[in-house]
Amino acid sequence: MATAVQFQDVSRVFDKVRAVDGISLSIEEGEFFSMLGPSGSGKTTSLRLIAGFEQPSSGSIKIFGQEAAGVPPFQRDVNTVFQDYALFPHMSVLDNVAYGLMVKGVDKKTRRERAEAMLDMVKLAQYGERKPSALSGGQRQRVALARALINQPRVLLLDEPLGALDLKLREAMQTELKALQRKLGITFIYVTHDQGEALSMSDRIAVFNKGRIEQIDSPRALYTRPHTPFVADFVGTSNVFDSESARAVVGAQTPFSIRPERIRIVDAAPATDAVVVRGELIDIHYLGSVSRYEVAGPHGKLITVVQANGDEEVSRRLEPGAPVTLAWERHAMHLMTV
Amino acid sequence: MRSDHALHDKAPRWLKWLAFGGLGFLHFPILVIFLYAFNVEESAYSFPLKGFTLRWIHETFARPDVLSAIWLSVKIASLATLVALALGTMAAAALYRRHFLGKEAITLMLILPIALPGIITGIALLSAFRLADVPPSFWTIAIGHATFCVVVVYNNVIARFRRTSYSLIEASMDLGADGFQTFRYVVLPQIATALLAGGILAFALSFDEIIVTTFTAGTEVTLPIWLLNQLTRPRDVPITNVVAMIVMLITMVPIFAAYSLTRGTEDVAGSGK
Amino acid sequence: MMSYALDKPKTAQRQGPLAALARLLYRRPTLYLVLLLTPPLLWFGAVYLGSLLTLLAQSFFTFDDFTMNVTPEWTLANYRALFDLANLDVVLRTLSMAVSVSLASAVIAFPIAYYMVRYARGWQKGFFYIAVMLPMWASYIVKAYSWTVILAKGGILYWVFGALGLKPLLTALLALPMVGGNSLSTSNLGRFLVFTYIWLPFMILPIQAALERVPVSLTQASADLGATPAQTFRHVILPLAFPGVVAGSIFTFSLTLGDYIIPQLIGPSGLFIGTMVYTLQGSIGNIPMAAAFTAVPVVIIAVYLSIAKRLGAFDAL
Repeated sequence: MATAVQFQDVSRVFDKVRAVDGISLSIEEGEFFSMLGPSGSGKTTSLRLIAGFEQPSSGSIKIFGQEAAGVPPFQRDVNTVFQDYALFPHMSVLDNVAYGLMVKGVDKKTRRERAEAMLDMVKLAQYGERKPSALSGGQRQRVALARALINQPRVLLLDEPLGALDLKLREAMQTELKALQRKLGITFIYVTHDQGEALSMSDRIAVFNKGRIEQIDSPRALYTRPHTPFVADFVGTSNVFDSESARAVVGAQTPFSIRPERIRIVDAAPATDAVVVRGELIDIHYLGSVSRYEVAGPHGKLITVVQANGDEEVSRRLEPGAPVTLAWERHAMHLMTV
Repeated sequence: MRSDHALHDKAPRWLKWLAFGGLGFLHFPILVIFLYAFNVEESAYSFPLKGFTLRWIHETFARPDVLSAIWLSVKIASLATLVALALGTMAAAALYRRHFLGKEAITLMLILPIALPGIITGIALLSAFRLADVPPSFWTIAIGHATFCVVVVYNNVIARFRRTSYSLIEASMDLGADGFQTFRYVVLPQIATALLAGGILAFALSFDEIIVTTFTAGTEVTLPIWLLNQLTRPRDVPITNVVAMIVMLITMVPIFAAYSLTRGTEDVAGSGK
Repeated sequence: MMSYALDKPKTAQRQGPLAALARLLYRRPTLYLVLLLTPPLLWFGAVYLGSLLTLLAQSFFTFDDFTMNVTPEWTLANYRALFDLANLDVVLRTLSMAVSVSLASAVIAFPIAYYMVRYARGWQKGFFYIAVMLPMWASYIVKAYSWTVILAKGGILYWVFGALGLKPLLTALLALPMVGGNSLSTSNLGRFLVFTYIWLPFMILPIQAALERVPVSLTQASADLGATPAQTFRHVILPLAFPGVVAGSIFTFSLTLGDYIIPQLIGPSGLFIGTMVYTLQGSIGNIPMAAAFTAVPVVIIAVYLSIAKRLGAFDAL
């Protein structure tokens, strides 16, 4: 497979702020690639560099092997779904979708046919004559998608496209987006700050922090083997033990992380080679299918434990203040390099 | 911020009186103009009026001096508006979203012609024209008017630009439209009503202008100058009354138009005057 | 995915000089900026700033009283002449009018603006907005003319005083020194009335803008803490709206200082700054002295602006 987008030591500096700070990455053709990070981490700037709205201060960006520097957005084979959708309010839905063809000089009839086909694909065939303002948030989102895809780009950029939708709709759209990407077989580059969204859709995820990339990996690898405390903390919740607390708990200096759901609350220390930690139960949060327990471990280190609720659930018999014993398997721990 | 649950459901009566009384004060002289335009009496302002007639309206439109003054004012206002539309839009497009050294100075310069007393602009233009040996004419008046009309267009257009999401422009370019196509298909439709509102207000501003005009007009007589001449040595009182009504109407209509064009976009349409 | 499998539309670049220019401008945003700014800057630089500088330069030229000629010999005589007693008199007369007009407009404008912001709902909001904008935009010269009609002897105002049986009051008012005069239209009172009327909308709008920014919750909080409406007004609303008043007064002040039409039409014969400038350049042709005189309102306004700035008036603009 060809490389769709390649960053080589790319930086973008705004008035001395290094929004993107020496990033190198390569995104494959046909990949669903997410850029995940908190706001201001450089993920959106990276996306805008690919779209051509920003130019790199240094480094090189190649799109399908071609140097992108100096190529304006209207000459890039890349299209964008904007966070606010950016639908043209003075045009009908159909004209919005056909816009990319119109400015390329495609004749009216072809334009109309293709735009209708695109609307059909996003299940909005009946809405062509409406104005964008007459649509719901979810419908606008689909129009934006159809509009961006009509030029048949080889890379589709999505800038937090689901951010404005409510939870139920967001989940449904995640499924649809993933299915669409599989069907089209083109590269999707998806910017989000929602780790759940990134984990559920992506082939690979780049975790951004302060203009740099902390880790690029598959969702599973990212979750189970975070390389840095930042990744461990940002992707899901995790108990991160620095060298000091690691020594107190397991007697070794190497920092490690362990996911809350991998820790059990036990009555007695198990006979196996498990790590056993004693502490005091601080707080219980009942969350429906699971409960979250905050436990003060050795040296007051706060440990979060998540357990499924059921007949045997711990929260029924324990009160805050009670002494508890925690246990986890050694192979569940992930040792970190930093 | 301001909630709708009726807190102060009713204003104190005295406040209501003061507020509506103030509005009455503001509109009373305008009503007087409409009243006297139909006054029977030929050479006095006595009140109550002796009777009403449409005679002066007919006579006014038969007066060559009035008609040529109206025509001159319309020509000047149209030209000044066109120049202001072009320059104001360019300045707005350049200044919004861009930060560079001297930006503040440019903004100040655009506002200066209406911020400084008109007499300064007037005499400055006059002295410059004299020094450059440019005789006062239609063109000198139009140049002066265009200068202070720019800011009206600029204010309206930049306010609209600021309210228009920049991602629309990016989306257009992203879909393959270059700068000119984006301007034609996206930017222009977005700012069209702001341009219209700004243009109408600029027209009204120019049509009514007298302070700068007296300095740059020479022997040319615009409609406001015709009126001023009548006031300083009153002759045709009834004709003057009718002309006053015409000027009033022409300067009032635009504010309704501009208001309805910019409503909902929260432009302070008249903030340029 | 049938629709997507169709032939890809041609992505060939648009041809022609315009398309080439568009690409060039995108790559060179500074060039684009320069192209956009050049026409307005040329216009303003050449026409406007050029004229202002000419005016400034001329204020240092020499005017010969005998030949009535202007010669480009540098002198400070014009500025020195500003401090002649007669000229100081003109400045003071204008200044005191500007101050009284600003104060009166503020007093009349405040209730209107306050009602607009706090009580006007629904249709009333648009109505008030239009009702203030309309007189503001209506022809200046016609508004001035209307007042000559209203103030004329035998005109509306005289009739109103007569009808109410207040003729003696009018006579007494006109007999006052400074304020009065032979008739309403030749008195300072009349001139003051016209000025106040004409600049009033310029006071209402900034006050309204300032009040609009005072959250209702503040008045609620004040009332909740036990303040009477009068106390709330005095301690909460007035201080917060004050920058709006100052902003409005910048308009009323500067507009009165520079006006030369109204003093010609209404009021006694003494000159204003504006009429002085007009007379100097017109009948005498003493442009250098007229130019020096225009410095007076500029300096006064500059001083006033710096004070206003300190009072935070520009946040309300």
